[in-house]
Amino acid sequence: MTTLLTQSWSWWFSGLVISFIMFLLLFFGKTFGFSSNLRTICAACGAGDRVKFFNFNWKAQTWNLVFLLGAIVGGFIAGNFMNSGAPADISANTIQDLSKLGFNAPASMQPEEIFHIDSLMSLKGFLILSLGGLMVGFGSRYAGGCTSGHAISGLSNLQVPSLIAVIGFFIGGLVMTHVFFPWIF
Amino acid sequence: MRILKYLLAGIVFGIVMAKSEAISWYRIQEMFRFQSFHMYGIIGVAVTMGILGVFLIKKYKIRDYHGNPILFHPKDKSISRYLIGGTIFGMGWALSGACPGPMVVNIGFGFLTMSIVFIFAIIGTYLYGLLQSKLPH
Repeated sequence: MTTLLTQSWSWWFSGLVISFIMFLLLFFGKTFGFSSNLRTICAACGAGDRVKFFNFNWKAQTWNLVFLLGAIVGGFIAGNFMNSGAPADISANTIQDLSKLGFNAPASMQPEEIFHIDSLMSLKGFLILSLGGLMVGFGSRYAGGCTSGHAISGLSNLQVPSLIAVIGFFIGGLVMTHVFFPWIF
Repeated sequence: MRILKYLLAGIVFGIVMAKSEAISWYRIQEMFRFQSFHMYGIIGVAVTMGILGVFLIKKYKIRDYHGNPILFHPKDKSISRYLIGGTIFGMGWALSGACPGPMVVNIGFGFLTMSIVFIFAIIGTYLYGLLQSKLPH
């Protein structure tokens, strides 16, 4: 039983639970879309006074902020009570490709090369984390959604805009990985 | 209890994202290198079940727990905003190895430097709001 909790969970179980959460939120009269929270946080910080895009009744989105809080708690529970400490179980080919870019084989869920506090203290490390976040935030609002809103909710409803957005996600991801990574790392 | 159910849904989401390694930068790299089925399996199962469920909701006009019909609002028609916005998002996703949900799950998991990524995602959203009227949509 304990190993069942601490070992990593399979893709099909994860996929089932994610769709279950999407339906649960629909049943509650809401929609599954995580990046809306970023807009809500801007509005809650008073951005609506200067920028019209943030001038909306953000308090109606409180439920999604509570969901975000739950996601942090869920991460905490998984990291502290359900963690075998095993590294991310990625394929040998990926380990080999990443080693050519100067990455060691995984020692945990995330690469020290990017997420260690020392990386943050270097200019390059700081730029990687900050530009990565900036592009995710800017791009998700420009596209009107992120992985949850477009790839899961939108594709489930067979929406063409979501399919275009997901194609965009992959163009961007492939260009970053195969064109920019050899240049950055 | 009314608001607590969202906390519980978020907790389940956070645990399953972490336990299936979907919060890992390595897994996103593996996906964009087409070297494992893992992430495609997660998204594929979620979307397959999603398509089936949304079809059934529409067919049987299933209502939410308030008794209101469950409605799906079609997104505005456009190509440029989804393609350009999506591409920028994808570049950030590959670089930071996390989309908005997994960012905060990582913070809870103990990868505190992900807070920087999350703060800049908020700044990125603010920049979009500032520039919205000047961008092609």
